[in-house]
Amino acid sequence: MVQYITKRILWSFLTLFIIIFLLFLLLQFMPGSPFDDEKLTEAQRILMYAKYGLDQPFFVRFGIYIQNILKGDFGISLALQKNMLVQDIITPRLGISVRIGLQALLLGTTLGIIFGVISGSFKNTWYDTFTTFIAVLGVSVPSYVFALLLSYFLGYKLRIFSITFKHGEPLMSSILPTISLSMFVMAQTTRFLRTELIEVLGSEYIKLVTAKGVKRHLVILRHGIRNAMISVVTILGPLTVTLMTGSLVVERVYGVPGIGDLLVEGILTNDYNIIVMIAFIYSALYIFMNLSVDILYGLIDPRIRVAKGG
Amino acid sequence: MEPILKVEHLQLSFELSQGKNHVLRDISFELYPQETLAIVGESGSVKSVTIKALLGLIDENGVIESGSCLFRYKSNETVDLLQSSDQYLQRNIRGNKIAVIFQDPMTSLDPTMTIGKQIMESMLDHKKVADKKEAKEKTLNLLKLVGIDRPDERFKHYPHQLSGGMRQRIVIAIALACEPDILIADEPTTALDVTIQAQILELIKDIQKKTGVAIIFITHDLGVVANIADRVAVMYAGKIVEVGTSDEIYYDPRHPYTWGLLSSIPSLDKKDEDIVAIAGTPPDLTHPPKGDAFAYRSGVALAIDLIEHPPFFEVSKTHKVASWLLHPMAPQVAMPDILLRRLNKEEVHEVKHG
Amino acid sequence: MSEYTSDQFKRMNIDDLAMEETSMQAPPRFFKDAFTRFKKNKGGLIGLVAIGMILLLAVIGPMLGEHTYNVIVKEHIDLPARIPWFEGFGLFDGSVQGYNPYVNRGLTDVYYWFGTDNLGRDLWARVWMGTRISFFVAIVAVAIDVVIGITYGLVSGYFGGKVDMVMQRVVEVISGIPNLVVVILLMLVLKPGLTSIILALMITGWISMSRVVRSQVLKIKEMEYVLAAKTLGATSFIIIFKEVLPNIVGQIIVMTMFSIPSAIFYESFLAFIGLGLQPPTASLGVLISRGYQAMLTYPHMVLFPVIVLSILMLSFNLVADGLRDAFDPKMKGF
Repeated sequence: MVQYITKRILWSFLTLFIIIFLLFLLLQFMPGSPFDDEKLTEAQRILMYAKYGLDQPFFVRFGIYIQNILKGDFGISLALQKNMLVQDIITPRLGISVRIGLQALLLGTTLGIIFGVISGSFKNTWYDTFTTFIAVLGVSVPSYVFALLLSYFLGYKLRIFSITFKHGEPLMSSILPTISLSMFVMAQTTRFLRTELIEVLGSEYIKLVTAKGVKRHLVILRHGIRNAMISVVTILGPLTVTLMTGSLVVERVYGVPGIGDLLVEGILTNDYNIIVMIAFIYSALYIFMNLSVDILYGLIDPRIRVAKGG
Repeated sequence: MEPILKVEHLQLSFELSQGKNHVLRDISFELYPQETLAIVGESGSVKSVTIKALLGLIDENGVIESGSCLFRYKSNETVDLLQSSDQYLQRNIRGNKIAVIFQDPMTSLDPTMTIGKQIMESMLDHKKVADKKEAKEKTLNLLKLVGIDRPDERFKHYPHQLSGGMRQRIVIAIALACEPDILIADEPTTALDVTIQAQILELIKDIQKKTGVAIIFITHDLGVVANIADRVAVMYAGKIVEVGTSDEIYYDPRHPYTWGLLSSIPSLDKKDEDIVAIAGTPPDLTHPPKGDAFAYRSGVALAIDLIEHPPFFEVSKTHKVASWLLHPMAPQVAMPDILLRRLNKEEVHEVKHG
Repeated sequence: MSEYTSDQFKRMNIDDLAMEETSMQAPPRFFKDAFTRFKKNKGGLIGLVAIGMILLLAVIGPMLGEHTYNVIVKEHIDLPARIPWFEGFGLFDGSVQGYNPYVNRGLTDVYYWFGTDNLGRDLWARVWMGTRISFFVAIVAVAIDVVIGITYGLVSGYFGGKVDMVMQRVVEVISGIPNLVVVILLMLVLKPGLTSIILALMITGWISMSRVVRSQVLKIKEMEYVLAAKTLGATSFIIIFKEVLPNIVGQIIVMTMFSIPSAIFYESFLAFIGLGLQPPTASLGVLISRGYQAMLTYPHMVLFPVIVLSILMLSFNLVADGLRDAFDPKMKGF
């Protein structure tokens, strides 16, 4: 088990390294890099060259780049807020995005588990058809559509919730964005758990438990859900990605000052340093999530946790 | 003696997209207290379906067309299991009075629950014990009974920490937890190694001696039950085709299908014997044949086999055969050579060792 | 019992019996079974019908209205939806927030079923043209995905050993990077356009296909290995390909059906954040992204393309669900 974890950690670092390399490559070939700015004086240019090692061969530049990254320095913003360090622009916004993301994840998975258990236990009944329909709807309709709809009806027309994010009311004004983001999470969790539960309930040991004379609802509670839930952690990785993707638009629609919105801005203005740092953050988050899931899975499943013995 | 379980004319079919599959067309058998009845038939889950039907565990698309299954739960009271509600079956019968052992020990146990808990589960649910302490005590005793070493340690183990043979012992322990009247073993040794097979069979025999439980042993291999069955019922194409005591079936089989099953048991003695398999395949029961379903594979088909299904002919009070070959007008047909040879050898054995 | 004649107890000959035997066997039919099962799935059927209708409209829609999709009419800018029969009931009568531009500008005989955009272009025609494009992009991307995925999985599985190891490591690394990042980076490098979008969309989908194919190949290889012990002859690539194909067809079809809505979504998403197709190309994504800007004043501009997009994605998911349930070899009654 420890071996397995170590291998996974090393592999994660390797992947991260490759990503940084790709991002670096991107920077090299993109026009409009900072060092073309005519407004720089000769002295500044020499300073920049020294700092970024622009007159050095490729791999030296890469080495310097990595060194900077380890210090958290991704360079300066080229377009959005010129000459400001990218990390200073991004860091304050990071917390908001992460918070809303976690809220959505929590809300989505909780509701998803409940619906998934209901529809899986009562397969092919009305409960099932209804929750499955909602779930399919949730995965089909893009999160930005939900964002638009919720923002229009609940925010604009009915004025129940604030349609833009306000720093002063971090919780209340983040309700609509959270709900919009959580729809897909909820839907995907429901479908997945339903499938898992149905599969578990069809397995041999469930038949044996039923043949033992255990009541149906206890069969589901004691044996079915436990086994089905183990697999649910495996979808946390992909769910994180959809949260990231969704946040780009949801933050736009609700004016949330997070890194998703910033990424879009960066894309529109070709501010490559911003793009690179956020891309890196997203990748790192994803890799970290996958690693956590692997470890978590190893802890939950007794087949992995307790070594074969005796 | 009155039978503890009496199944009469059980008919069961499954609704499929291509029509109705008449899986059980007419099943009747009896189980007497403290005996072991073997139900034999070709591989396939038809035999398991019979058991599931009795316990009310068949899939949703299964329909019991007719038949009864009387269970004698007290010396003078019976209940028809097929007419009982699911609640009644769950509370009183399953795990409680009638317990089941499944075929594959690798998948029969919940991988996320300790084996101790899995054994205690039915005891506690059926309120056979006062509290968890008593349940644990009983469980440890059961573990000893089924031959598990270091029961205290094993109590906390998960299924994947045990070998196949040991897991099957756990399954048996679970079945015995509430001291049932009837134990149904559905091909319990098919998925195990030959040596472990022998151990498990010994264990089952042993348990019957100790607890007096009646056993229905389902198998596709007559060789397996040779030593432990008191009576044997042979099933083919959804009907029972021959029933008799163990001696009668092994030494005086009359139905061609039984011949086929016996012939296909490889002999350990003779070196040059061919491997015999029954030619052909079982019929598709969505269009069940009118007559004798085994006729076209038996090599001794009669014209009437295509028209009408044979009734039971009695060879003795305990031996019944459903084959036209026993009709007075039927030609004399001898059993296959391979069987004759074996039985002659057996008889030689008998004479020698008395 | 005694009414039987001795004739009936004569032995039968083999030919007659052989006929009996064959009539008693059930022919195996996998696809027919799956088809029957699919028909029972209401969701899948509804999805199929919906896709059919949308496809039909995508083809003939632009020709149905009186206007063409790219003609700019200054007098007709920002007109809400106005549909002849419905307006009698007060729906789609061309008014928005109490204000009716058709009336105000004296356009009594002018009808725009989905309204117009900010340049006076007919949205009905644009939506269906957009559907064509979104559809085209999705289908092409997924088709390429399938081809690459199958090939990659076949090669990786067939050659095994070092080749397989390297190929799988590559896959692992690529799947360690979130799709979002890959797509955005690609679009930045390639510059938005039809071909670049298709390339970006297919970049990640092939991985799951290749995994499915590879595991099948490995399974077949194992069986072939056993067979090879008894017979001679090397297992050629073609043989493995032919054996693998029938086993994976079901899964590939289902995965394709699931990938299409994902591709459609990504296209619209990219357009929304400015990395996708650009106007005047009118994909659904572009229409939505434009329409969003005027959402509060002229909701119709975003409403119609959003509805079509959602129905399209929903339908494909329903069909995919139905197909997956249909192909799943469930225990048939035992």
